[in-house]
Amino acid sequence: MTIEITMPALSPTMESGTLSKWLKSEGDSVAAGDIIAEIETDKATMEVEAVDEGTIGKLLVAEGTEDVPVGDVIALLLEDGEDKAALDGAGTQAAEKASAAKADDSASDDNDEPAERPTRPAEPMIADEEEIPAGTEMVKQTVREALRDAMAEEMRRDDMVFVMGEEVAEYQGAYKVTQGLLEEFGDKRVIDTPITEYGFAGLGTGAALGGLKPVIEFMTFNFAMQAIDHIINSAAKQRYMAGGKVDVPVVFRGPNGAAARVAAQHSQNFASWYASVPGLKVVAPYSAADAKGLLKAAIRDPNPVVFLENEIIYGQSFDVPKLDDFVLPIGKAKVVRQGSDVTIVAYSIAVREALAAAETLAEEGIEAEVVDLRSLRPLDLPTVVQSVRKTNRCVVAEEGWPVCSIASEISARLMEDAFDYLDAPVLRVSDEDTPTPYAANLEKLWLLSPDRIVKAVKKVCYRD
Amino acid sequence: MPRHAVERLGTVTHLSILDETGAVDKALEPDIPETDLLEMHRAMLYGRCFDERMLKLQRQGRIGTFAPIKGQEAAQIGAAAHLRPSDWLVPSFREIAAQIWRGAKPRDIWLFAAGYNEGVAIPEDARDLPLCVPVATQLLHAAGVAYATKYRGEDDIVMTFHGDGATSEGDFHEALNFSGVLDLPVVFVCQNNQWAISLPLAKQTRSKTIAQKAVAYGIPGLRVDGNDILAVWVAAKEAVDRARNEQIPTLLECVTYRMEVHTTADDPTRYRTEDDVAPWRKRDPISRFETYLKAKGLIDDKTLKGMRETFRDALKHDWQETQERIEELDAGDPMGIFDALYAQDYPHITEQKAYFRERLKRERAHG
Repeated sequence: MTIEITMPALSPTMESGTLSKWLKSEGDSVAAGDIIAEIETDKATMEVEAVDEGTIGKLLVAEGTEDVPVGDVIALLLEDGEDKAALDGAGTQAAEKASAAKADDSASDDNDEPAERPTRPAEPMIADEEEIPAGTEMVKQTVREALRDAMAEEMRRDDMVFVMGEEVAEYQGAYKVTQGLLEEFGDKRVIDTPITEYGFAGLGTGAALGGLKPVIEFMTFNFAMQAIDHIINSAAKQRYMAGGKVDVPVVFRGPNGAAARVAAQHSQNFASWYASVPGLKVVAPYSAADAKGLLKAAIRDPNPVVFLENEIIYGQSFDVPKLDDFVLPIGKAKVVRQGSDVTIVAYSIAVREALAAAETLAEEGIEAEVVDLRSLRPLDLPTVVQSVRKTNRCVVAEEGWPVCSIASEISARLMEDAFDYLDAPVLRVSDEDTPTPYAANLEKLWLLSPDRIVKAVKKVCYRD
Repeated sequence: MPRHAVERLGTVTHLSILDETGAVDKALEPDIPETDLLEMHRAMLYGRCFDERMLKLQRQGRIGTFAPIKGQEAAQIGAAAHLRPSDWLVPSFREIAAQIWRGAKPRDIWLFAAGYNEGVAIPEDARDLPLCVPVATQLLHAAGVAYATKYRGEDDIVMTFHGDGATSEGDFHEALNFSGVLDLPVVFVCQNNQWAISLPLAKQTRSKTIAQKAVAYGIPGLRVDGNDILAVWVAAKEAVDRARNEQIPTLLECVTYRMEVHTTADDPTRYRTEDDVAPWRKRDPISRFETYLKAKGLIDDKTLKGMRETFRDALKHDWQETQERIEELDAGDPMGIFDALYAQDYPHITEQKAYFRERLKRERAHG
């Protein structure tokens, strides 16, 4: 029987890649472990090893093909003694299967991809007219590209801005967020550091005290636990304790929250930790436009800013305004979907889940208003209250732990500031209150999901 | 293959020029202009008088906790003497003599010790950082500031101070490693005063010296008698010149002794005896230097007496001025709690201020 070789997933978050090179030709025999192809993703170029032994029967995807979806059949392997004739049927079947899978892709919830998040809403972002002038041309851009552009633009604008972190220079960023920066700005301004989160957070704080504007990248905020003393005791305190005589214009940025299949120590949302600290500003955008506008603002801010990104949405595309200098104010939430029946408050990736939930709810006649907090400190409570005064119901969705969370804060503040406008208790929907499970099925159950937001909304609408 | 030495990894030298009696080793005596010698002596003596006065003020409850410098004046002045105004001093919390050398005013030091942020006045023309109480974190800040000066193409250097206890913190490792890797113009001055509160050096590290730790980072380490101002001056000059001209960091260990309490919240009689301290009284950095200066005919007992009287009067006057300012500040607007948290106001702060103002009004109304 022929063996199907499929496009491998080289990381849990990879959805497609470029088949850059075949290292075997049709008719070549391969042993398990042989390298048969090179694949390029937005993160890295990797070699693909054969798992089985046999003879390459047919190469189904040509070298250089881009966006080959993970799981597509890329070649057929003949087992020992198997005739090439066996390919005739198999090849066709495989090709058909591949194209059928493609056609189904948007509609079906693929059970083979256990960690995959629910379907994305078709139009994830609604441009805010106040923030983007009417008639502005919009370009499609991923969050990753928008972040890179924000840094590059600020580095062109201000010589004092530099980027420092692990793998940010030669490797172009562990998640390719700093792509192209080394080439344009050189190794004085794009610095690969030793493996020392604590070290470069402290050195970055010192460089800020010395007059530079460092952008410190943590490979993920999980690793920033090593550095939190410098973020909180050095960066966040220095201005206050010096009676305002020093500026600490440093940005600490990197992915935060659960990625996919990376287990408990690498899947954590620390937003509420940082947001509780006076002296810090904390930003956690969802869309590419917000990521760009807010990162530019963070770099210009004379205060230390913790800028929380999300690995899962790095590759997601959004409309980004084509403007020379698009800067958004820190501390302003945004209504990303208008609705009259309930307010769903969210930030970062939870906005995506909230928007997906809103679509489902709309089909059932419930119009949800979705508020993207964007900044967590300062927190734009007036925008939340304004929405709740209109809808009288509120659910807070957060991809993170529930206890002492941003959702807890929003709930408490609504009790203080909007109690008389509430027709139901505010509900929080979050991850479960345990470390992140590693097993794919458990992780999926553990995570925030649109389905659970839908249930909570029905509850506050007394529709369950 | 038999084991073999990889390479000669470097040696740590110990430098001493003035012995305990104040006798100088003529072969090593540096050529320091007389005016500079006198200026350094003045700074050490003033530092001592200031420290003694400050301890009295603290004991009377006029100011808060602080860390006395007694016995460590040479380590601070001998090192800081090489800084230009545009260089940076990144202190820990026991460098009052160095801070005053850089231009810090007594009034500001006392205001800060009494709890008023206004006291964090960075001296005009100097580019110093405020003192740093968390142990060793300033070492990474110093490396960062050094990166900033290098980045801008300036030839200013950074001098940072720390104690023997700080060498056990991760910051020490990370700062020395980073400074070596990035070739940063920074001098790490370790005031090895033998004690980290109650913990003696022997329990801090198995290393024979602090200076040898530099070897592991591939940077020079020097060890000097930290109570010998001439030795500190010579070694610090070497380190500062190397930082400025070659952008090579140095770890300079000044072997000294904490003659007083760790901070005013400490009682050393619980963990060390007079027998421990006595040998170090004979090694006092100021009397030793004075013997040298007297032998050179630069000072005499009469000058010294006059200096002490002048300092005493000046400090009395400075404290009066400080006290007046404290009274003004105490009677002033407590809204300062919210000042300086962020560079700009934002709605949340404005709201908090309004709430706080209301609270004060209510509390005052109800006595």
